[in-house]
Amino acid sequence: MADSALPTAPVPQLAQSVRDRSGVRRRLRYYGEKLGGSLVSLFAVILTSFFLFRIIPGDPVRTMTHGRPVTIEQQEQLRREFGLDKPLAEQFWSYLTGVLRLDFGDSFQFNRPVTDLIGERLWPTVLLVGTSVVISAALGLWLGVRGAWNHGSLSDRVNTGVALTLWSVPSFWLGLILIVIFASGAGWFPTSGMESTGVEGWERIPDVAHHMVLPLVTLVAVVYAQYLMIMRSSLLDEMGSDYIVTARAKGLRDIIVRRRHAVPNALLPTVTLIFVNLGFVVFGAVLVETIFSWPGLGQLFYSGLSVPDLPLVQGLFILFSAAVILMNLLADLLYPVLDPRVRP
Amino acid sequence: MSLLEVDDLTVTYRTAGGDVPAVRGVSFALEAGQKLGLAGESGCGKSTMALALLRLLPRTARYTGEIRFDGEDILTMSWGRLRAVRWAGASIVFQGAMHSLNAVQRIGAQIAEPIRLHSKATEAEIRRRTGELLEHVGLPARRADAYPHELSGGQRQRVMIAMALACDPKLIVADEPTTALDVMIQAQILTLIESLVAEQGISLLMISHDLSVLADTCDRLAVMYAGRIVEEGPAAAVFGDARHPYGRALAAAFPRIGDPASRRRPQGLAGDPPDPADLPSGCTFHPRCPARLDHCDKLDPRLWPAGDDARAACVHVLPDKGLSLVAKESA
Repeated sequence: MADSALPTAPVPQLAQSVRDRSGVRRRLRYYGEKLGGSLVSLFAVILTSFFLFRIIPGDPVRTMTHGRPVTIEQQEQLRREFGLDKPLAEQFWSYLTGVLRLDFGDSFQFNRPVTDLIGERLWPTVLLVGTSVVISAALGLWLGVRGAWNHGSLSDRVNTGVALTLWSVPSFWLGLILIVIFASGAGWFPTSGMESTGVEGWERIPDVAHHMVLPLVTLVAVVYAQYLMIMRSSLLDEMGSDYIVTARAKGLRDIIVRRRHAVPNALLPTVTLIFVNLGFVVFGAVLVETIFSWPGLGQLFYSGLSVPDLPLVQGLFILFSAAVILMNLLADLLYPVLDPRVRP
Repeated sequence: MSLLEVDDLTVTYRTAGGDVPAVRGVSFALEAGQKLGLAGESGCGKSTMALALLRLLPRTARYTGEIRFDGEDILTMSWGRLRAVRWAGASIVFQGAMHSLNAVQRIGAQIAEPIRLHSKATEAEIRRRTGELLEHVGLPARRADAYPHELSGGQRQRVMIAMALACDPKLIVADEPTTALDVMIQAQILTLIESLVAEQGISLLMISHDLSVLADTCDRLAVMYAGRIVEEGPAAAVFGDARHPYGRALAAAFPRIGDPASRRRPQGLAGDPPDPADLPSGCTFHPRCPARLDHCDKLDPRLWPAGDDARAACVHVLPDKGLSLVAKESA
């Protein structure tokens, strides 16, 4: 017995360690590939951003001096200040070296560093859009689970119908209607802005929340249907699976079968959606922020585009793209944690 | 008293296109420690039967008749009592090679789940029991940490068997336990099931389309066709000397070990099983029957004694081929 066990014992251990080592290498390669791919995308974005906004029609100098008595010399002066008189290659080089130092230059219209402007506007957008992603995901997923579990029932049909109708409504239209009814009409909410003047300290929290209600409702209403539909169809698929019959045959209560077996599996496809939408958080909601005069990045982007304020829109474009790329990367890294089948 | 007595069970699916009878009056009994094989083509209602035994069918299914398990009627018992009987009284080995295990949970957790539910064991005891069960079915205890996709089809089937044994049930229903496995693994799994149920005195209801597999493993065989049992008896009698033409065709479809003639000429059966929503008149098998008589489309025979301890539902085993019954009905 002991004799036969001795020579065989080290063999499985050896095999185990060899497998571990190749597993680590495979995992490192997976993460390396994902990270490398993200960096390549980011570089492509940096290149595109410079040329993209030079294609859109409009001369920044002429737009900014529009309606003012300026001489040709003054316009040339502005052009020199902005660096627009230099050859394109030279402009591109100074743009590229600036971006790599995280310096996006000074905004034409605000005459201040783009990074400062972004810094000021970032948190209102993250607050508004981030909250809307959290609420719409929670609401949509919850309604999706309920709908799938009682599919075909009256509440399911009503919920799905309402969600799909709201999804097809343009956000700016819904925002305007809400302003007309609840702000300028009933007077329950402010029509625009993020806070009232003269409110200080802790008082600001309820004040900002009060300003946030209508834009938040608009953003949630047009988006939550995505989560509902994905969760509902994904859970319906899972409910027909054999392992659900196994779980029921074990004698588990329906609610446990749902919570422990069906929902975790059905959540997997929604993870990607949530991360994609989180990536769009900093992009804000250009239309909704503009309509509600919410001092966020979306509104800043809108005002930058109408000039075009090249350093500003370039900086924002890179920021928006970087956020999407980063969230996709996070989703790629997180997904294997949730689903053992795709573990590298 | 038998462990499991099924009495005139019918299962009807209610669909938008009308009622579809999947099981149409099935009766059989299974004694403690006995092994019964249920054979039939796909769509004959055998898997519906398996799930009906624990009332696991979707809400569209309607049951009539009686399923007495250990003296209690499954079809009328409360949900709470039913959940207690599920797995602890009778467990099911599904086609684990496919998708019967949860892909995102470790197999150890899936085996432990019914133990935690049906017993008061501590976590340490549960972990030890899970390891024992895995070793019992020939897997190392440390595989408890594996996910289903890390196992082969045969290993996953072993996990299903370990899971079915978890709560020491009195009955195991094995629904196509070896389908989708290659022949060598099939034989291993069958041997494993046989030895485990014999060792622990568990009753076995094994369902398969493969009559030769069932004949090897089971004491008695029942052949289902279009939602009814058409032949039932001791395994050797049904496999070797079936009285119903369908039973004969099913037995002839598989080569017999040690019989070169049958291996060279496996015989099939022309035609498809009937659509449960649109069954033929009279005997449901008559359109495909090689031994049909003129009145087979008028008479629907029930099970009738046919040989030693066996029964068949065919006019050929009825006295005077059922002609008097036809005459009585038309009169």
